[in-house]
Amino acid sequence: MNATTRKPNDEIVKSLEGVGKVFVLGCQGCPIGCETGGEPWARDMTAALSAAGKQVTGSALLDMICNKAIVGIKLGRVIDKVAAAEAILVGSCGVGVQAVGNMVGRLAVPAMNTICMGDYQGLWPSSERCAECGDCLLAHTGGLCPITLCAKSLVNGQCGGTGYDNSCEVSKERPCGWHMIYERLRSLGRLDDMRKLQAARDYRKRDITEANRRTIRWALEMSEQPAPAPAAAPPAAKKS
Amino acid sequence: MSQLQAQLQSGKFVVTGEIGPPKGTNIGPVIHEAEEFLKGRVVAVNVTDIQTAVMRTGSMVGCKLLLDHGIEPVFQMVCRDRNRLALQSDLLSGAVLGIENVLALTGDHVVMGDHRDAKPVYDLDSVGLLAAMTRLEAGSDMGCDFKGNPNTLDGVPKFFKGCCTTPCSPDPEAQIIKLEKKLAAGAQFVQTQAVYDPATFEKFMKRIAHLKIPILVGIVVLKSAGMAKYMNRSVPGVQVPEAIIKELSAAPKDGLKKVAAEIAGRLVREMKGMCQGAHLMTLGWDDVVPDILAHAGMAQ
Repeated sequence: MNATTRKPNDEIVKSLEGVGKVFVLGCQGCPIGCETGGEPWARDMTAALSAAGKQVTGSALLDMICNKAIVGIKLGRVIDKVAAAEAILVGSCGVGVQAVGNMVGRLAVPAMNTICMGDYQGLWPSSERCAECGDCLLAHTGGLCPITLCAKSLVNGQCGGTGYDNSCEVSKERPCGWHMIYERLRSLGRLDDMRKLQAARDYRKRDITEANRRTIRWALEMSEQPAPAPAAAPPAAKKS
Repeated sequence: MSQLQAQLQSGKFVVTGEIGPPKGTNIGPVIHEAEEFLKGRVVAVNVTDIQTAVMRTGSMVGCKLLLDHGIEPVFQMVCRDRNRLALQSDLLSGAVLGIENVLALTGDHVVMGDHRDAKPVYDLDSVGLLAAMTRLEAGSDMGCDFKGNPNTLDGVPKFFKGCCTTPCSPDPEAQIIKLEKKLAAGAQFVQTQAVYDPATFEKFMKRIAHLKIPILVGIVVLKSAGMAKYMNRSVPGVQVPEAIIKELSAAPKDGLKKVAAEIAGRLVREMKGMCQGAHLMTLGWDDVVPDILAHAGMAQ
């Protein structure tokens, strides 16, 4: 089960501060099952962004944003509208947001928080990873995840352990995640995003919500579980 | 107000030292050395917090013992081993013991140390820890009551809040952005990672001229050419110039302490005009501190 919750609209609008033109891209995979994505979501987002004074250059719904081929083919059809946007609002799990950010060279902003993937990292044959932290920060980090890319999951920038080759202190073969974020933000002209103070994480956001437990997808996943053992027969009533 | 804070506010160039608690309970020798070589020569002494993730006696007890011996401590706190409850609790405990100076650090990852299979915590980062201290000083904490209202402390601590930065980092801009955030979260002084190149340090200081915070340049005493080479290879953000390595190579084995003190003293002297103090990390060679100060032109 890959479960998402919708971020509040005002949080989404705030994370698009300074951005005038937005392309709305939704995933029709897991978010449909979670009842967080799909057409109603795309309509709602377009309306909310317009109401906030943003220009929506277009929108698209893709079956599985974590599939590189699908993203490439489908986004190719609307490339003009994507290229006209300064940022892409992505309604998917964290893997999808990072995948889109890496693919299109635009700021990718999450519209959802990912709370449970059950170790399912999508169909993208690359390195994007989501830790299901439930409080997606990708809007502030150029679409690169500090929770998974930084060995310490730091949220306010690199530690003192970055090597001269920009490797992480834990391994020469692992790049410093915050160096990657710094380079990405610099290339996007958005270093100010790194200057925002990020509050300590709220670990309650990782919990599966009651709304998620009530979705069809959740019920389908649970139906694959082995049926509970039949209850033991009640003791025979005592004869008096 | 701590002596460290008072002296920095008065504009005096200050020197701080550092001790590392032992692996085991035999902390006497470390405290004895601090009393013999650091007391009266440096304004405050840092006590490391499970340095390089090698398990050992804690920082708070080292700070308390220094206080008992009339030496002002700097309580180093890393975010690797405690969540926000334990960090805030230890801050309050430290304040109860009379500890004022606190240095907030991220902390080396557990895989750098001797308990590589341990769970790293990092519930807060160094910026978050500074913000937590600021919150405690305002009489509240990071939590709230069942109605969602801020908690009220019964007895409010006062800290002198420090942080670290890496002047010779490959990414000075990224380091500076983080340093700005530390200031915004409440940092009041900086003790830097080790610096061996005054020219690079001068450039860094010019880039942070907009930040109104005292900077104590960090110097790790180089005990041998091998150690200098090791630092260049393995310690992030530290570069020892070739000339210093040659000086150490040329030193006779029994004269290494003398050369080490000369190098460290010279570095302090050269960078004295660029910053507000120096932080000497002697890694057990506390006895070279008087010599370092003499070479720096600061002997008392």
